[in-house]
Amino acid sequence: MNVKQQNLKTWFKSGTPWVWMTGGAVSIAVIMTIGLLAVIAVRGLGHFWPADVIEAEYRMPGQEAKLVAGEVVEAEEVPRARLAASGLPVQADGGEFMTRELLKVGNREIYGADFNWVVGEWLGAPRTPDNLLVLERREWGNFYGYLQSVKESGNLVAEGDAAWAELQTRIERVDELHEQLVRLEKKDIGAINAGLERLRLETRKRELAGKLDAAAQADLDAERAQWNAQYKVLEGRLVELQQQVNRDSVLVRTVDGREVELSLAKIVRAYQPNAMGTFAKLGFYMAKLWEFVSDEPREANTEGGIFPAIFGTVMMTLIMAVIVTPFGVLAAIYLREYAKQGLLTRIIRIAVNNLAGVPAIVYGVFGLGFFVYVLGGSIDRLFFAEALPAPTFGTPGLMWASLTLAILAVPVVIVATEEGLARIPRALREGSLALGATKAETLWKVVLPMASPAMMTGMILAVARAAGEVAPLMLVGVVKLAPSLPVDGNYPYLHLDQKIMHLGFHIYDVGFQSPNVEAARPLVYATALLLVLVIALLNLSAVYIRNHLREKYKALDH
Amino acid sequence: MSQQAHTHGISLDSLGRKKQTLDLASEPVALEVPGLNLFYGDKQALFDVQMNIPRNRVTAFIGPSGCGKSTLLRTFNRMNDLVDGCRVDGEIRLDGQDIYAKGVDVAELRRRVGMVFQKPNPFPKSIYENVVYGLRIQGINQKRVLDETVEWALKSAALWNEVKDRLHDSALGLSGGQQQRLVIARTVAVQPEVLLLDEPCSALDPISTLKVEELINELKGQYTIVIVTHNMQQAARVSDYTAFMYMGKLIEFGDTDTLFTNPAKKQTEDYITGRYG
Repeated sequence: MNVKQQNLKTWFKSGTPWVWMTGGAVSIAVIMTIGLLAVIAVRGLGHFWPADVIEAEYRMPGQEAKLVAGEVVEAEEVPRARLAASGLPVQADGGEFMTRELLKVGNREIYGADFNWVVGEWLGAPRTPDNLLVLERREWGNFYGYLQSVKESGNLVAEGDAAWAELQTRIERVDELHEQLVRLEKKDIGAINAGLERLRLETRKRELAGKLDAAAQADLDAERAQWNAQYKVLEGRLVELQQQVNRDSVLVRTVDGREVELSLAKIVRAYQPNAMGTFAKLGFYMAKLWEFVSDEPREANTEGGIFPAIFGTVMMTLIMAVIVTPFGVLAAIYLREYAKQGLLTRIIRIAVNNLAGVPAIVYGVFGLGFFVYVLGGSIDRLFFAEALPAPTFGTPGLMWASLTLAILAVPVVIVATEEGLARIPRALREGSLALGATKAETLWKVVLPMASPAMMTGMILAVARAAGEVAPLMLVGVVKLAPSLPVDGNYPYLHLDQKIMHLGFHIYDVGFQSPNVEAARPLVYATALLLVLVIALLNLSAVYIRNHLREKYKALDH
Repeated sequence: MSQQAHTHGISLDSLGRKKQTLDLASEPVALEVPGLNLFYGDKQALFDVQMNIPRNRVTAFIGPSGCGKSTLLRTFNRMNDLVDGCRVDGEIRLDGQDIYAKGVDVAELRRRVGMVFQKPNPFPKSIYENVVYGLRIQGINQKRVLDETVEWALKSAALWNEVKDRLHDSALGLSGGQQQRLVIARTVAVQPEVLLLDEPCSALDPISTLKVEELINELKGQYTIVIVTHNMQQAARVSDYTAFMYMGKLIEFGDTDTLFTNPAKKQTEDYITGRYG
């Protein structure tokens, strides 16, 4: 054996390669995790930054030059041949590659699409005029152009430089009115609608029971009249508010010279990104970020916020945890403490473990077939007969989504709790029994408190498993758009029958079902980041509670 | 019960100290074992054990590992019920009542026959809660009663002075010896008639062992104590009577002095002189 081989052998024996291999595995895992988070964070969070809007001449060969304005979203190198093949008038000579830039030009109602590919070589020197205005609208996406004048009820109020300040104060006013409008519609009129619906169901219930006599009918009518009178008052207020909101309008001109009059009611915010300093941009960025996490979605989920999806995800996960933890813990206690250990318990244990491996969509199908149709249908026939044929619980909804997730996650809780119970030292059980405690008392006073960290571990794993699940939810209660939250001020406050939005499904919807792919893409990343954060937050709070319990019931070292 | 009733005369030992002579046959009986066989599945672990445990005395079980002394001890409060496949054939009478009879409340039996284990096993609760555990199980929750019990139980376990300022701290913060005395206090708190000690010092250091032994001496006036030990010196130090067991059989049972100085059986002599074990 030569020296080299000898050295290699010693090197292997020393364990160094083993250390490198194991360390390498850890580093790769860490890098992948950080990389994943970094990618979605950068891509998602960049979306809210108010980029400069450029204005430039665009001269396609053989055509007249025209002015274009917009935000540069991305630029790429494209083979000249490919551009020529797509029908663009590209000269045959020149380099192999040409640049191509994606401009967000907005003004969808005028141009037909708010993203536009332009060839870099044909674009003139870009300017960033300070007074180039961006209007974020409730419909039709952004508007890019110049402010001409501000009008009130069709009459000119301000023009030229004064118009900008005027516009801002008036947008503030409209925002406030808009908020009032939403509150009126959602809260006050919502309550009346809920009341009327309750009355309708009450009437139908009595009808079905054959107890709708004249007196009852009169009572109900009187109540209905009361609601309607209230509604009349609110309706007047509603009409008045709507008129107020629509009072002002703004006249704007696109860079290529078209003038458009827009009602201020349609405008969320107006800004001039080129004139903004870094701090102003930062403030704007924060406002946009806050809107994203706290507002409702607009424009087929491509604009606005995703608060209903966050709320739906958290609500569903919490209800799931509340259902699954006691259920799984009880099952584990029976299996570990009371059931006679034998073939049957072994089979049950194997079955439970395998249940964790069943594809999630299968649970979705089961949830739809059993929970929604069988269970929900029966509940409707028994308790909500007056609402039929419109289903109450016989349709996908929050409760069924939570329950489906609960059965999906219950094996995890059972396994974790069983392990926890098995780890309680026998000496402690015997100590309790020797003091005259029965088995149940021992379980309740010594074993379960000590196993509580394990139960929390089970719950954490269940939450982690369930919160990220999407496929089964599409079948049992999660929808594309459900702006009304499952919790509100109308009895019974928590509406378990309501459909909800979910971050995971939102990603799928925005990413794959959106009519406006370019606008939606950054939102996919932003929503993904938020989903990760929400799950991390849910997990961290559970971990915190578990560590607290662990400290409290620290087991003996034997 | 007065001490007088089973004091049987005073004599002087070889060093001239006053010494109580003991006579097993005339002692009042706490636990009566007329003939006990015990099986783990098909394997017999105890063979026709016959013995009477004297009241308010310390009885020690000695013998090599696996001789069945712990098994026998555990039959006294039916701890062996917890072992799968364990079967008892025969009777054990506590105050004349068969504890293996049908309808016996095992929890109540275990309250009357307390047990301290090899390793200290305090619950992961406060010192206070450890002591009152048995009382709470019985449904006693008046603070005054609990407070008083904690004090006298800890005092009788010679632990009060060490822990009185931190009763509500975790019991797991105590040293091993303190933990074992806490477990004794916890057991004493439910006022059992019999105290079973299953090698209570095997996990303790010499100083803690000494304290527990002193404690056993203190307690023996009020409780019938049965102690299993590996340590023959310990048996000699703390017990009034000693039983030597070997291979599941009771070989010899008599007062400690006689058993150690003048054993009747060859096997006993071999064991205590260290010829096997």
